Amino acid sequence: MEKIRTITVNRSAYADNDLEANILREYLKDKGTFLVNLMSSPGAGKTTTLTKLINLLKKDYRIGVMEADIDSDVDALSIAKNTGVKSIQIHTSGMCHLDAGMTKSGLEEIDISDLDLIFLENVGNLVCPAEFDTGACLDVMILSVPEGDDKPLKYPLIFEKCDLVIINKIDALPYFNFDMERCYQDIYRRNKNATIIQISAKNNIGINEVADYFKNKIKNWKEK
Amino acid sequence: MHELGIVVHVIKQIEDLATKQNAKEVVELTLEVGEVSGVVKEYFYDAFEWAKKRTEHMKNCKLNLIIIQGITYCENCEKTYSTTEYGKECPYCHSDKTYLITGKDVMIKNIKVI
Repeated sequence: MEKIRTITVNRSAYADNDLEANILREYLKDKGTFLVNLMSSPGAGKTTTLTKLINLLKKDYRIGVMEADIDSDVDALSIAKNTGVKSIQIHTSGMCHLDAGMTKSGLEEIDISDLDLIFLENVGNLVCPAEFDTGACLDVMILSVPEGDDKPLKYPLIFEKCDLVIINKIDALPYFNFDMERCYQDIYRRNKNATIIQISAKNNIGINEVADYFKNKIKNWKEK
Repeated sequence: MHELGIVVHVIKQIEDLATKQNAKEVVELTLEVGEVSGVVKEYFYDAFEWAKKRTEHMKNCKLNLIIIQGITYCENCEKTYSTTEYGKECPYCHSDKTYLITGKDVMIKNIKVI
């Protein structure tokens, strides 16, 4: 019978990912490329919002887009066609989120040497992407009106983590029982530093405000 | 749903450790899983069974999950209470100035190796 040894570990399951994410953030700072992690449920309007936003920002920044999807390249093709910016698809091979390792491989593939700003469109899901730090400089989420105002209560972690919460499809407000005041309160309860911006990507409402928010964030990040 | 993601990260860390420690095999792995970590125990076991077959040192590894209760502390009345039962709002004074003390993490406690 071979001798059994017990080794005490006492380490978070996320420790290796957190470490890798921090290294990635330092690397991005060093290269001067700002990475935005964009999260939402499926159908909240990530691709439409991103397309409109990129068209506003592309005269000031060299932009790239990394689309994460379980297995397709529909979004990458649509973004590339509608904005003309460099775009790649990261396949997560069935995983429900991106981690720092997958993000790093994506950055190698897209080649950041000629990019100032990269949008990472995470897998459409409010649970898993919130758990894994991608190494991004800014975490952003989109909540759309048809999903309901109770999402900050049901999925608190993602709201705690995000710097910016975009509320999309406000043109649909008359058709849904979406209590905007309650939604704001629940977001601020989880995250008092969150910025909240209301938009309708389809009707170009609020996109300018989101673009200005990013310009400010990038400026402050560069000066830091 | 993210159980597999966590399993993959745990296995990667344990495989590295086993190599560093010159272990032939990891026979047992014990994790502490918080009640509000979002992990579903049954899914975690399933994901682990699937993933361990693809490892070098963990093919016969037994997994133990210890569930850690979610406990929230209220800054207003300085009491603690069960997070899964009452959520964000303190059941004693109804304040929402509360924060989670335990129950969010997934911790690798120890491994048994030969």
